[in-house]
Amino acid sequence: MTSELIGFALLFGTAVGLAVLTGRYLSRVFRNEPSVLDGLAPVERLLFRLIGVDPTQPMPWAQYLGAVAVTSVVWVVLAVTLLMTQTQIPVWNQGGISPMDWTLALNTAISFLTSTNLQHYSGESGATYFSQLFVLTFLQFMSAATSLTVGVALVRSLRAESGASPGNFYGDLVRSLTRVLLPLSLLVAIGLVFAGVPMTFAPYDTIQTLQGDLVSVARGPVAAMLPIKHLGSNGGGFFGTNTAHPFENPGMATYCLHLITVFLLPMAFVCFVGYYLNRRKLGVIIFTLMTGCWLLLTIPIMQQEWAGNPAISALGIDQSAGSLEGKEMRFGTLASAFWCGVNVVIPAGALTSMHDSYTSLSGVFMLLGMQIDAFYGGVGTGFMYLFLYIIIAIFIGSLMIGRTPELLGKKVGQTEIQLAVGVIVAQPLIYLGLTAVAVLIVSRAPDGGVALGWLGNRTAGPNGYHGFTTMLYEYVSSVAGNGSGFESLGDNTPFWNLTTALAMLLGRFIPIVGTLLIGAQLYQKPFIPSSSGTLPTESYTFGALLFIVIVIIGALCFFPALAIGPIAEFLTQPR
Amino acid sequence: MATQSSSPSLFQGDLVRTAIRESFVKLNPAILIKNPVMFTVEVGTLIMVLVTIYIGVSGDQTQGSLGYNITITLILLLTLLFANFAEAIAEARGKAQAESLRKTRQETPAKVIRAVGNMYTNEVQTISSAQLKKGDVFLCEPGDIIPSDGEIIEGLATIDESAITGESAPVIREAGGDKSSVTGGTKVLSDRIKVQVTTQPGESFLDKMIALVEGASRQKTPNEIALTILLAGFTLIFIIVCVALKPFADYANTPITIAALISLFVCLIPTTIGGLLSAIGIAGMDRALRANVIAKSGRAVETAGDIDTLLLDKTGTITIGNRKATNFYPAPGVKQADMVRIAALSSLADETPEGKSIVELAGADVTRHLNTTGSKLIKFTAETRSSGIDLVTGERIRKGATDSIRNIVERVGNHFPAETDAKAKEIAANGGTPLVVTENEEVKGVVELQDIIKPGIAERFDRLRKMGVKTVMVTGDNPLTAKFIAEKAGVDDFIAEAKPEDKMQYIRHEQTGGKLVAMMGDGTNDAPALAQADVGVAMNSGTQAAKEAGNMVDLDNDPTKLIEVVEIGKQLLITRGTLTTFSIANDVAKYFAIVPALFITSIPALQAINIMRLHSAESAILSAVIFNAIIIPMLIPLALRGVEYKPIGASALLRQNLLLYGVGGVIAPFIGIKLIDLVIGLFV
Repeated sequence: MTSELIGFALLFGTAVGLAVLTGRYLSRVFRNEPSVLDGLAPVERLLFRLIGVDPTQPMPWAQYLGAVAVTSVVWVVLAVTLLMTQTQIPVWNQGGISPMDWTLALNTAISFLTSTNLQHYSGESGATYFSQLFVLTFLQFMSAATSLTVGVALVRSLRAESGASPGNFYGDLVRSLTRVLLPLSLLVAIGLVFAGVPMTFAPYDTIQTLQGDLVSVARGPVAAMLPIKHLGSNGGGFFGTNTAHPFENPGMATYCLHLITVFLLPMAFVCFVGYYLNRRKLGVIIFTLMTGCWLLLTIPIMQQEWAGNPAISALGIDQSAGSLEGKEMRFGTLASAFWCGVNVVIPAGALTSMHDSYTSLSGVFMLLGMQIDAFYGGVGTGFMYLFLYIIIAIFIGSLMIGRTPELLGKKVGQTEIQLAVGVIVAQPLIYLGLTAVAVLIVSRAPDGGVALGWLGNRTAGPNGYHGFTTMLYEYVSSVAGNGSGFESLGDNTPFWNLTTALAMLLGRFIPIVGTLLIGAQLYQKPFIPSSSGTLPTESYTFGALLFIVIVIIGALCFFPALAIGPIAEFLTQPR
Repeated sequence: MATQSSSPSLFQGDLVRTAIRESFVKLNPAILIKNPVMFTVEVGTLIMVLVTIYIGVSGDQTQGSLGYNITITLILLLTLLFANFAEAIAEARGKAQAESLRKTRQETPAKVIRAVGNMYTNEVQTISSAQLKKGDVFLCEPGDIIPSDGEIIEGLATIDESAITGESAPVIREAGGDKSSVTGGTKVLSDRIKVQVTTQPGESFLDKMIALVEGASRQKTPNEIALTILLAGFTLIFIIVCVALKPFADYANTPITIAALISLFVCLIPTTIGGLLSAIGIAGMDRALRANVIAKSGRAVETAGDIDTLLLDKTGTITIGNRKATNFYPAPGVKQADMVRIAALSSLADETPEGKSIVELAGADVTRHLNTTGSKLIKFTAETRSSGIDLVTGERIRKGATDSIRNIVERVGNHFPAETDAKAKEIAANGGTPLVVTENEEVKGVVELQDIIKPGIAERFDRLRKMGVKTVMVTGDNPLTAKFIAEKAGVDDFIAEAKPEDKMQYIRHEQTGGKLVAMMGDGTNDAPALAQADVGVAMNSGTQAAKEAGNMVDLDNDPTKLIEVVEIGKQLLITRGTLTTFSIANDVAKYFAIVPALFITSIPALQAINIMRLHSAESAILSAVIFNAIIIPMLIPLALRGVEYKPIGASALLRQNLLLYGVGGVIAPFIGIKLIDLVIGLFV
């Protein structure tokens, strides 16, 4: 156990070190200062000429948001068409794949567009190599680049000078890809291939087991997909069992590499905020707050899993290695729990173990981590969510010291509060509202909705307190753009495909539009230099206030739902 | 004024009676909808009334007993009434304060002068003050009460303004110049003046102020609106949480009673701050009024809390009135007594404050024996920069600035002593003004004039600095003297040899840097700067133009009032912030009281989170709702008085308020709910 904990500390330390370097690099890239990859400039110029965009031409906010919307619609239409016709595409088709119906295709397209990667299909049987690369991996790159771009746009609007434009969307999008995501992915992919991750277009292999049975072994261009899956906070794996699959994650070496890539950009983005705005201390305080909260969620998960499942202990079974149900033996309890803790706060939502099998109290912390989604959070979007809480904390904190609210020298007024509150209210409205609908169908519809073909099999479907958690988890994960699931839910039904698609769309675009509109408002305002009477944002006291605001407003309103779900499950367990 | 001393009791009997009546009137949903938080409580109360009636009629016990439901309904109603009472008592106090001011302008006879040609010939007609229109001219004679606000167009009078300012010493107001305004309700003591009415009836500053504390026309300030939106947002979140809880509970086979669900909702939404919010705003305006400041908008009071830069006139604010003579330094070979006599002679006919102070310093013993009959007065001119007197005995006595006297002395070939020259320079370097006196073109010595800095002013500036406010002294003095006084008084910056346009320029410059600037002024030439400043406080004695340009009027004409105004603004915002924090922090305990109670029958294991060990489900819910209701009246005194502002630096203040109202807000309801539960346990 001790050696594992030291390992986690080293892993975390490495991630922080790399993130600081990357954060400084991001600041150079988005300030258009000279940086390492300036050699790529001719390639970028060619790309810009091809798409007919002048990257130096700033876009007004409305046009900027329009560009986000247009690209998103184009990707979804393209992805749905390709997924529904994937079996007819002759190239890179390993065979034996079933076509997707429109609800699954739509759900899949939206889930990859929104960086959620909910994956109601299973990679081995549901997607051709062509779809994996040209639909899914492509969207993983595009959604991550969009997240990074809009995150940068928000941070730009917090600069001291005022203006009317956050930059050029297409310009930043392309630079996010050429300067950040593609080079990093290439680097990581080479490492993964050496560590044993397959990269092939050959069809599935067949092996004969010792018993003499013939077993089909799925493979494919896996190493191409995995780097961006983690770097971009996507989490959609090549195989159905995600990173638990030995071809995605052969051993501890790839485990560490994967986790570092999950951490890298979300952490680097916080450093970027500090460097870009020339407010290092703000960056440090946000980073400290995020790390503290992440530990507050991860340590209990690790503790709960290590303590083992009380129901199994009650049977007299030895649990000295922790609760092993649903975990891979090659990683063990602690490493699985640590991975889980990282992947619920960072919405990669990649899995090395079955979250459904975790002890009930771990579910509380997983749900909280996803629901707040700002302790590191996704590439760019994590800071966006935290930014909403910052606005609320600034407002209350400034009043407490007798000032009208101001954030980094810009007055926070009615419109900004309206937008921040709107976005914060929208999130519980979506996941609690949709969970209520699902729960109503299960408890009111004849046969729990099975007859309607909506909710999957009753016996395998949601049941009891745990069943409730399963449904809640599905929607929270969708809204948060996390994409992990309690896999006991029979989720490939029209009901789940369509409602989660809605949850993912709203959960992604309401915050993006909302925070960018706040940014647009702030950006236009005159800068007020701070005095000794201003609320000191760059202080640990403000960090404490922010923490209180997140806990009371963000987390506690979740308490009644948690009480019916994982807490009730925990308390009613036999022991 | 008579009631100026802020009334010791917050709850005077008659005000309380009015407020209680108003609390019921304000239950009208059309009024309550302006407060989204309390409006949802009203909706909840109505639902509970219906549920109670249903139980009473049908005898159905699945929603709890009739008595329990009636109790919950009554407590919810009480919550509403408490919130309404908070607003009503604040309004009543504000109105009472304004009424006492308004009494001063009861109908008084006005002697209107009808202009020539308007079928009158400068005829004086007595009408009621209510009939006066803007532009009318009226006459006031000794003993008359001035019928309306206006500007003196002819004459000079001593006026007793004690009805407005509470200051009994009469003041002089005269036509032209910066002290030409008179206020309705004040009394003319001597002389006669012609006054032109400057406001339409019902549009005076006082009328505007009264409207600001009255419910009907009260406009919410931008900050109050933003906070209302935030609170409405929280309310919305809890509507979602509570509505969704119903199907969740059904799914878990846990029927939740409507009473429990509504109680949970009402406890979670920020009713404490929601109920006190408008009372806090009104009380802020009321505090300004008690400080004898009439704010033209609530926004101006809020902005005052944000001020970064404060422009203060040196004279009257930083120093006591005008310069005073403090020392006589005779030239070498001149007797002290001779020098004093000559200095006194030079100033006997000098009406300037400086001249008078020289006579004063010389003392009655010296001045009694002086005789200036038949002598010729030499007035001060900008050219000669000296003044004096030619006595009948032929002596020519002059006093003036060093260099101008040097000219006079050296022109006739006399010597200007080096010692006097050195002394004069020393005086100037110490912030004083040297005046050299001569007799028959011979230097007799130098008089030192000093600015007297008000006692305690340095501490006040220090306090302002800790608030983050930069103080700027505006003076007509030369830069050397200005610098000395600025340092001595502890101001951060100064504008020396200031002309009115310099003030304007300084304000503009600060504002381009994003700073908010406050200033005080009285003259017509101050008007543009008053209008440009973010907070412009005009003195009531000032010209009409100045009063129109500023956004506050100080009835006391006290130049240091700005400092108080800044604190009132800050206090208003702090009270809002701390009570919001307190209200939200209260939620933690309420969750722990109500959530286990909701599931007590179906999930008994959830009693593990009943960490307060409340005695039963019903008493837990009752205790939480009762606590939620009574915390409102308990905090009314704090809301009305305001949370004290301490200039200890932003970070320390935040830490302190966060501990007191944040952490305190988490802990207090745990104790309160447990105590109420113990009491309920005695009866059930």
